[in-house]
Amino acid sequence: MATEVLMPALSPTMTEGKIACWVKKEGDNVASGDVLAEIETDKATMDFESTVDGVLGRILVPQGSEVLVGTPIAIVVQKGEAVPAATPKPVAAKPVPHTEEKSSAVTSSPVSLPSPSHVFSLEGGSHGKNRIIASPLARRLAQEKGIDLATLKGSGPHGRIVRRDVEAVGAKVSQGRSVEQGASHTAVPTSHHQSSLKPSTPLVQGGLAIAGGVMGGDPYKVVPHTTMRKVIARRLTEAKSTIPHFYVSVDVELDALLALRAQLNALSPDKGEGAFKLSVNDMLVKASAVALKKVPGVNASYTDDAMIYYDHADISVAVSLDDGLITPIIRQADLKSLKTISLEAKELIARARAGKLKPEEFQGGTFSISNMGMYGVKNFSAVINPPQSAILAVSAAQQQPVVVNGGVKVATVMTVTLSVDHRAVDGVMAAQWLAAFKAAVQSPMTLVL
Amino acid sequence: MVGNQEGDNGKMTQTDFDILVLGGGPGGYIAALRAAQLGFSVALVEAKHLGGICLNWGCIPTKALLRAAEINNLLHNAQEYGFTVENVRFDLQKIVARSRAVSHQLSMGVSYLLKKAKVSVFEGFGKINGKDARHKWKVLVSHEGKDSFTLTAEHVILATGARARDLPGLEPDGDLVWSYKEALIPKKLPKRLLIVGSGAIGTEFASFYRAMGSDVTLLEAVPRILPTEDEEVVAIAHKEFEKQGIRILTGVKLGALKKAPESVTLHVDYAGRSEEITADIIISAVGIVGNVENIGLDGTKVRVDRTHVVIDSLCRTDEERIYAIGDLAGPPWLAHKASHEGVLCVEAISGRKVEPIDVTKIPGCIYCKPQIASVGYTEARAKEAGYSIRVGKFPLIANGKAVVMGETAGMVKVIFDRQTGELLGAHMIGADVTEMIQGFVIARTGELTEAELIETIFPHPTISESMHEAVLAAYEGALNF
Repeated sequence: MATEVLMPALSPTMTEGKIACWVKKEGDNVASGDVLAEIETDKATMDFESTVDGVLGRILVPQGSEVLVGTPIAIVVQKGEAVPAATPKPVAAKPVPHTEEKSSAVTSSPVSLPSPSHVFSLEGGSHGKNRIIASPLARRLAQEKGIDLATLKGSGPHGRIVRRDVEAVGAKVSQGRSVEQGASHTAVPTSHHQSSLKPSTPLVQGGLAIAGGVMGGDPYKVVPHTTMRKVIARRLTEAKSTIPHFYVSVDVELDALLALRAQLNALSPDKGEGAFKLSVNDMLVKASAVALKKVPGVNASYTDDAMIYYDHADISVAVSLDDGLITPIIRQADLKSLKTISLEAKELIARARAGKLKPEEFQGGTFSISNMGMYGVKNFSAVINPPQSAILAVSAAQQQPVVVNGGVKVATVMTVTLSVDHRAVDGVMAAQWLAAFKAAVQSPMTLVL
Repeated sequence: MVGNQEGDNGKMTQTDFDILVLGGGPGGYIAALRAAQLGFSVALVEAKHLGGICLNWGCIPTKALLRAAEINNLLHNAQEYGFTVENVRFDLQKIVARSRAVSHQLSMGVSYLLKKAKVSVFEGFGKINGKDARHKWKVLVSHEGKDSFTLTAEHVILATGARARDLPGLEPDGDLVWSYKEALIPKKLPKRLLIVGSGAIGTEFASFYRAMGSDVTLLEAVPRILPTEDEEVVAIAHKEFEKQGIRILTGVKLGALKKAPESVTLHVDYAGRSEEITADIIISAVGIVGNVENIGLDGTKVRVDRTHVVIDSLCRTDEERIYAIGDLAGPPWLAHKASHEGVLCVEAISGRKVEPIDVTKIPGCIYCKPQIASVGYTEARAKEAGYSIRVGKFPLIANGKAVVMGETAGMVKVIFDRQTGELLGAHMIGADVTEMIQGFVIARTGELTEAELIETIFPHPTISESMHEAVLAAYEGALNF
């Protein structure tokens, strides 16, 4: 019997997917578990495995095309069976709601994630919410100006995005641009290949500047958004415009932690099984987990109806990619040893760079860390990753004089800034969390207990 | 708080309101109905007729006359459809009587609607008369032969409309020089009729009287008739009018008017020539002026620019809680604009979010023969505004239904922004185009582009198919032409 293979929902936010490439060709034998195609989602490029055995009878959606979740993309037939002649025409990606059961019928990847954070996730499982309501003229203007409609708020009836909403943004970014012209601002962002961990805030600002770059008379290059860029723009705009952020900074001395790190790393075998190399970041992940257990009010999500407090500290670590960023998660960091955290982080980051993370490896999380220490950054604040309540921005550690008991000593000091959702966490609790974090870092033996 | 006064029948009548509307035309009565719908207590003060000029002396009775003209035309052309109709005659008084009956019926309808909505209607002439101790506006209502009384209201909406503009030397005398009003109730058909002004009013009367048999001369000061309409549409109208036997003079400079007992003679200069035109009746249709006088504006901050009240996008005047809508607030002088402003104004008072009016989304309809309907930019205006445009046209001679109806004069013209596909304007002339223009108005209001219009399936056979074809003509080409 012929089976239609549908575009899977590889993440809860995914409403459409792009066939990055077909791994199998028409006529190839297919076994359950074989990778049929690589699919670019809003987050990553993922292998899409077959759930049926047979022969790939027909590819309905060519490489590079984007279709809605639930759209038939191929037909798998039994050996010797004829490929059905009349096949439904693939539907072009249009923002129409679809049902979960339709998409889950043939998908191999799990869609629903048991993490409680998803129950109330702002990303939402409601695909209807993702539908962009805009007038045809607004759509066309947005396309011409390179403005993502998902980043706009509609002022028309029922929140419909109309012409003036698009024009308002056009005017805003073109103004912004003229200011930047003096600084020879390029419209196309350069990618940071060398970077390992990067915060989200500066990236988003860069994203808005791109929209501005297509305005005006100067030469420019138009680079269409990747799905990841769109998601970054949408999610962070949502975060910044719906979450009342406040920021608390504290200086933390690192000398004890650095000494412990050297001691622990010396215990590692040179290579092979069991070899490890703890990074400062790994230890800060653990310190955050310790602080979250001490001040559990921060390990929480605000929803309209209730607060949600998480049992474990699932720490999202911001990882920069060539064309965006992603936040793989160290699950239950509170229960894990530094070594386990380190090995997991290393492996997750490598796969994140390769675009091979599974959805459950970057969706969810109860707290985030964004580390720009390696870039010598003095201080910065990060945008909260909803539905989390806080994100820690970590800056560079520097030796500096510190006054202790009336005398001056040299210490390695870094500034960390906690961005907090004031709906969930009040100022004192944020200060308490930072105190707990500081204590864990400055008395790092707590991290190995 | 409800204030009271003793009414005519001895009962206590409410005199204190949330909103008082001055004028019961299509702006005022709709504002009153909407206000009542939103839960306000509402008073409406009207001096003469509910329904205003539109319903009593404008849109409605003229259309009733033009319906008679249409029937007259059909009867005279009945042989084209296989009928032998002989001895066609009409009784002008009965035609006028029907027109009046139509107006009366609809005015009664307005009265009923206001009653049903519990709007307190006061007959009389309202005048703003300062504020009371509670800072509510006082409106003095006077009525000939009756005692004046004062109403109070938090908000006052001025909707006193407009009247015909008088040209010096051409003031209507009710006898030989007519305004629209006399032209609506002719005692007998003028053999020779001179119409000054070729806007909507002038051309509609030209069509009516010509159809009924008058020799009509239409005079226009500017170089073309229907100055606000698209040039190509005007060219077709001009040709059709002349085909019907209407004499048209444009670029006319009016000279002295001499009145004889039974006729008038007007001196005109045009195209380097002079002429004395004698007619039985002359109709003055040279625009309108707002009724800004005697409504108590002097004691307020309400600003008047020439003959209209200055308002902002929410119909607010410069004076707090005084608003103005409709013809009083300036052009375009259209009943549907007045009604829309009435709704908008009241909703804004209620705190609702409202969409300010964009005049390029207001349709205009002229019921001359052939009819003219338009919305948005004319081709010339679009170019002036700096748009790079695509224009599509489709003649009604190529439309099946128009041929069926025997109404093939006319065309549909659409203007798109070349860059965005926005429908900038639509201009139609021909049978039933006044019923069709809303399609393009929806397209413009809903911000549709050529793509949606092209995708839209139009029903066959209809004259509206020519709208689709005109859009196709602007892009890949019409299919039926």
